[in-house]
Amino acid sequence: MAILGSLIKKEVLHIVRDPRTMVITILMPVVLLLLFGFAISTEVNDVRIAAVVDRHTDETRNLLEKIRVNHYFTFLGLTSENEVEYLLRSGKADAILILRTDETRLKGEIVADASNPTNAQSVATYIMGVINNGVSSSPVLTYTLYNPQMKSSYNFVPGIMGMIFILICAIMTSVSIVREKENGTMNLLLVSPIKPATIILGKLIPYFLLSCIILLIMMLISYTLLGLPVSVTIIDVVLVSLLYIVLSLSFGLLVSTIADSQLTALIGSAVILMLPVIMLSGMIFPIDNMPVFLQFISCVIPARWYIEAMRKLMIQQLDFSFIYQEIIILFSMTILLMSLSICKFYSSQKK
Amino acid sequence: MKKCDKVISVKDLTKKFGNFTAVDHITFDVQKGEIFGFLGANGAGKTTAMKMLCGLSRPSSGSATVANYDISTQGEEVKRHIGYMSQKFSLYEGLRVDENIKLFSTIYGMTDDMIKSASDRLYKSLNMEGMKKTLVKDLPVGWKQKLAFAVSTIHNPEVVFLDEPTGGVDPVTRRKFWELIYKASEEGMTVFVTTHYLDEAEYCNRVSIMVDGKISALDSPKALKEKFNVATMDEVFRIVAKDAIRED
Repeated sequence: MAILGSLIKKEVLHIVRDPRTMVITILMPVVLLLLFGFAISTEVNDVRIAAVVDRHTDETRNLLEKIRVNHYFTFLGLTSENEVEYLLRSGKADAILILRTDETRLKGEIVADASNPTNAQSVATYIMGVINNGVSSSPVLTYTLYNPQMKSSYNFVPGIMGMIFILICAIMTSVSIVREKENGTMNLLLVSPIKPATIILGKLIPYFLLSCIILLIMMLISYTLLGLPVSVTIIDVVLVSLLYIVLSLSFGLLVSTIADSQLTALIGSAVILMLPVIMLSGMIFPIDNMPVFLQFISCVIPARWYIEAMRKLMIQQLDFSFIYQEIIILFSMTILLMSLSICKFYSSQKK
Repeated sequence: MKKCDKVISVKDLTKKFGNFTAVDHITFDVQKGEIFGFLGANGAGKTTAMKMLCGLSRPSSGSATVANYDISTQGEEVKRHIGYMSQKFSLYEGLRVDENIKLFSTIYGMTDDMIKSASDRLYKSLNMEGMKKTLVKDLPVGWKQKLAFAVSTIHNPEVVFLDEPTGGVDPVTRRKFWELIYKASEEGMTVFVTTHYLDEAEYCNRVSIMVDGKISALDSPKALKEKFNVATMDEVFRIVAKDAIRED
């Protein structure tokens, strides 16, 4: 026990004395969360809109007033029809609303800048929404459940958490173990009477603690700044995250038993872990839209199941009984990886 | 030097990697308090042999005892009774001098009182009292080497294995380092040392020269020089190792 304690202390001192890594480790999750939460946002704010009206009626005035008071829009004012192209081309406006009154019927036209198609679509939908709201006949009603304002700020939270833990746990653990191999200090530990299990725990526990701190920071940001709804599911979120942290740590251990140099460990974990996590876990691209082959591959990526579970817990606010499947898969993966890496660790020492 | 008992006893020790026999049936004994030089060209198998004796690697066949414990069956006990310092400088660079001492003495199961007295003795003998709080990476190379040796023997092991301990160090520092080795040997510690520097071989009580996985010569430096009728160990080595097939 004293030995384990001193190994953990050694590791903590190493982490704390490397301020650069420390800052990156703590700042990266924060920056990513804020970046995805606020800066990179698929919701469209502040749509600059101008209007062309050929005849002012109560109806048009009513409509323009609605746009003017809607805080999603910035109303640029009225313009003439030949200005339309100039405004859009110069980027001064995102969309132009053209209102024509033909006899007594009002006909609306929306011209949107589709250089960013996603944006244009959202803008058009917004404007339609506003117009339709005024005209009582709106045949199709769309309800978006769980995230009624279509806020993207916290949609990214599960994905980022899935990525960060793989990054911190796997890369940092593997690099720190391989560094000891490179420096020769690993041999010092192995010729000493320490049991291999103690060496492994002495590596895993400090990074587990570090990950817990990061989890705390990320949850604080998500539930306060990003406005994720607070409920009892938080407990489940923590539990599932802890499971995922252990899984990522085992991944790191496995990489470290294979890699011989810090560079290999870094590239190994980055390529093997990062790319699939970003591309195939459903973090950014929906899994259902992937080719069947890639959907199949995504099944073996732990982050996929973690992110799915997190979405259900954090955004849908479902309870534990809805994520049994994910839990079972993550748990089996953890057991598998853990035993694999421990076997490899032992056998590589006993050549 | 007391010739009382064998601290290391090796019989037909062999290590194979696939078809390649790195260490080929080596047999030798090392007496208590002896400084035993283990020479050989690169790739001759000395590091592999040493790793087996330290429990870092398992022999393919043959047997050996270190401090009267069998390396194949009593690995844990062997590890408790040896010290090890490797080729590369081996302490935690990111830790302070006192933290390194504390860490390694805790690993070897020493109690706080023992650690305190052992480290006080260490600071005094190495004259390092003013450097306790220095990070190891900020120490000059010579100091690091001396500290590494002191730390590897802090638990007072019966045998200390030194794997090319003076690699990349200037002659003056090497000389000082050997003074530490002599001192340890006088106190009854057995020193098993591999080296590339043949002038260092002269300092050993006995040396063995490994060629292609086998021990080709084993005796005191004086006897070896007489046998081959040459003046230095360097020449002895050239004669013994001239038939070596293996290269790096």
